[in-house]
Amino acid sequence: MSELKRGPSRRHVLRTGLAGIIASGVAPLAFSRGAWAQEFCNNPTGGTVTFGLNLPLTGAYAEEGADEQKAYELAIQHLNGEGDGGLLNVLKPSALKGNGILGKKVQYVSSDSQTKSDVARAGATRMIERDGAIMITGGSSSGEAIAVQSLCQELGVIFMAGLTHSNDTTGKDKRRYGFRHFFNAYQSGIAIAPVLAEAYGKDRRAYHLTADYTWGWTQEESIKNATEALGWETVQAVRTPLGAADFSQYLTPVLNSGADVLILNHYGNDMVNSLTQAVQFGMRDRQANGKQFEIVVPLFSELMAKGAGENIKGIFGTSNWHWNLPDEGSKAFTKSFGAAYGSPPSQAAHTAYVQALLYADACERAGTFYPPEVIKALEGFEFDGMGNGKTLYRAEDHQCMKSVLVVRGNENPTNQFDVLNVFKEIDRETANYDPAIFGGDLGAAEPVPQCR
Amino acid sequence: MFEVLFLQFLNGLDKGSAYALIALGLTLVFGTLGVVNFAHGALFMFGAFCAVLFRQLLTLETVTLDPEKLSPWGAPVEIRQPLVQAWFGDVGAVLVNYSVPLSLLLSIPVMLIIGIVMERGIIKHFYKRPHAEQILVTFGLAIVFGEIIKAVFGPNPIPQPMPTELRGAADIGAWLGMQPNVITYPLWRLVYFLFALGVIGSVLAFLQFTTFGMVVRAGMADRETVGALGINIDRRFTIMFGIAAVVAGMAGVMYTPLLPPSYTMGMDFLVISFVVVVVGGMGSLPGAIAAGFLLGILQSFASMHQLKAFFPGIDQVIIYLVAVVVLLVLPRGLMGRRGVMEA
Repeated sequence: MSELKRGPSRRHVLRTGLAGIIASGVAPLAFSRGAWAQEFCNNPTGGTVTFGLNLPLTGAYAEEGADEQKAYELAIQHLNGEGDGGLLNVLKPSALKGNGILGKKVQYVSSDSQTKSDVARAGATRMIERDGAIMITGGSSSGEAIAVQSLCQELGVIFMAGLTHSNDTTGKDKRRYGFRHFFNAYQSGIAIAPVLAEAYGKDRRAYHLTADYTWGWTQEESIKNATEALGWETVQAVRTPLGAADFSQYLTPVLNSGADVLILNHYGNDMVNSLTQAVQFGMRDRQANGKQFEIVVPLFSELMAKGAGENIKGIFGTSNWHWNLPDEGSKAFTKSFGAAYGSPPSQAAHTAYVQALLYADACERAGTFYPPEVIKALEGFEFDGMGNGKTLYRAEDHQCMKSVLVVRGNENPTNQFDVLNVFKEIDRETANYDPAIFGGDLGAAEPVPQCR
Repeated sequence: MFEVLFLQFLNGLDKGSAYALIALGLTLVFGTLGVVNFAHGALFMFGAFCAVLFRQLLTLETVTLDPEKLSPWGAPVEIRQPLVQAWFGDVGAVLVNYSVPLSLLLSIPVMLIIGIVMERGIIKHFYKRPHAEQILVTFGLAIVFGEIIKAVFGPNPIPQPMPTELRGAADIGAWLGMQPNVITYPLWRLVYFLFALGVIGSVLAFLQFTTFGMVVRAGMADRETVGALGINIDRRFTIMFGIAAVVAGMAGVMYTPLLPPSYTMGMDFLVISFVVVVVGGMGSLPGAIAAGFLLGILQSFASMHQLKAFFPGIDQVIIYLVAVVVLLVLPRGLMGRRGVMEA
C-alpha cells in the first residue's frame, strides 16, 4: 500500500494564514508606531509636553494677547487636573482625563509676537527649534496666523490659531497643519448684513476704513459684498496702516463723501482709536442724506467695547462668542475664568482656551502626538459643550463651523463688564458656506517634515 | 471739494502742532547744548503719562464688596466709590472732568526736574563727544524710559477723556457763514492747535524779550565769548534743557485725548520730529516750527483717497520724500544756518 500523501490540513492553513496576516499587517503597524517616536518634530520623550504660546503682548492687539495668555494658563491647569476642570467637564465627546495629555504633564513656553507677522514667525521658530514646542497656538492677527501657520506646515508642527478672522486663514492660505476655531469675515458678512438692512434700511451709502493687511482686506470685501447684495452702495473704501493711532486724516474725507454709514474694518486698539476719533468728529450726531449717520464695526469684542467706553453704545458688530451666553459651556468657562482673574473672558480668551483643549483631546483620541494622526483626529471632529453649540471642525479647510453672534454695544450697562449685548444668534446652517469659494490647498500631512 | 481740502488743512495744522512742539524742544536743546537728543520723544511720552498719573490719582476709589449680589463666577460684586467725588462733591467731579488740562500743573514741575536731572546726570558728560555717541546714549535712554513706562503702566494705551464740554465738534462752516454741518471739526483739536500756538509764542517771546533769553541766544551764537564775559552760560543752558523738556511734556499732556498714551508714543513721534528738524534746518527755531506745520499739512493731504488711488501708500512716505527733495535742493534745510552740523 502506498502511503497517501496528504495535503495541508485546514488547521495548518489557518495557522499559516494568521501568522502571515500578523507578519504583514499588524506587526509593521506596531513597529511604525514605535518609528513615529523618532520621526516627528519635538516628540515628547520625558514626563512633560510643551505648548508654544505665540501671544501679542504688545502692539495694536495687546489686550487680546494678554487675555489669551490667561486662557492658556487656565486651560493648561485644567488639562493637568488642577482647578475646577472648566470645560473638561462639559466637552462632548471627550477623551480628556485631567492627567495632562497621554499621561504627560502640560507645560508652556511663550513669546511676545508684538502683533507683527515677522516677530510672530521668529518667536514660533524659536519655540519649536529651541524650546521643543509640540504645538504652536495663539495670535490675535490674521497676518500673524498666516505667517505662523505656513511655518508650522514647513516644520511639521500643528498650529492651533488664536484670534484670526481673515477669510484667507482657512481659505487661500489654509494649511494641513493649521486649524481655526474662530469664525471668519465671510461669516460676519452673512450674519450682520440682514441686521443692518433691518435696522438702517436698504438705501444706504457706506464708507469703509480698512486696516491695510489680509484681515482688513477680506473683511472689507465680505461686508461690501453682503451689504451691496442688500441694496447698499459703497461710496469709498480707504486703507489705513495697522497701528496708525491717529485716524483724523482718514476720517475727515468721510464727512463730505455723501456716505451715511461709516464701516470701521479695524480691530483692537486701532478700532478704539478710530471709533473714538470718529465720535469726536461728530459722526454720531450727524445727519446725512436725510438719515441719521451710523457707524458699524463688523468685528468687535468686549475688550474693545471697554476701551471705547461710551462711544460703542448702540453700535452693531459680530463676535465669535460672548461670556453671558446661557449654555452650560459658556457658563462653566466664565465661572472658571472669572474666579481665576476677576473679570469675564473675552472672545479671544475663549477661542484660545478651546483650541488648547481640542488639541489635547485630539492627541488622546489619536493615542499619539504624531501630527498626521492628530490632524486626522481633528478633521471632521464634531463636538458640543464649548459655548457655540454643536461645532464641526470641517475637514476640507480646517474651519470650525458653528453659530455666529451679532452683538451691539450696550446702551444701559449695569456694571463695568456689561458692555455689549448679544443681539442675534445666527445658527450654524445659516453661517455655512462652500469651502471651495476661497480656493487654497491644505497640502499633505505626510511625509512629516523634520524641524531640526 | 473745498470743504474736504479745508478739513485736511485743519488736520494738518493739528498734526503739525504736535510735530512743531516736539521739534521746537529738540532744536532748543541742539541749538544751546549742541546735543542731538534722541530721548526727546520720551519726554513727550513722560508728559502724556503725567496726565495718566494725575487722572489715576483723581479717580482713586474705595472698593467694598456687596455680599447680596454675586457676579457670574460667584464672587461678591464690587461697589466702587471715587474718593475725590466723595470728599469734594461737585468740585471733585469737575476736577476729574478737567483732569487733562489740570495735569499741566503737575507736568510743569515734573518735566522741569526730569529735564534738569537728565542733563546734569547724563547729557553733560557727552557735550564734547561726537554726535554719533550722543545719539547712541540718548537713544538708549529713550528705550530705557519706554521700558520704565511699560513696567509701571503696562503695555496697553490708556485712554484719557477730554472735558465733556469740549467733546463735540465745532461747526466751523457756520462760523464762516456757510451751511451748517458742512465743515465740522473736533473742538479739542482746535484747542490743541491754539495751545500749541500759545506755547510756541511764549517760548519765542521768552527768548526774544527777556534778559535770560537774550543771554541764551548770545550763548547759542558764541558760547565762549559769553562765558568769557563772566556769565555762567552752562547753568542757563541746563535750564533751557529743562524748558525744552517742559515744552515736550506739555505737548504730550494735551495730546492724550487725541491719542491714548502708550510706552511707544515717544518713538512714534521722535522719528517724524527729527525729520521735521532736519527739513527746518538744524538749530533753527523758526525752521522747526515752519517745517512742523508744513509736514503735518502735507501728510494730511497725502492721506486723501483721491491721491492714494494714484500713489498707494503715499501717506506713509510723504514726509520722507519731502525731506529728500528739500535736502537735495536746500542741503541745510529750509532755514538752516551755515556751519551747523557741518564739518
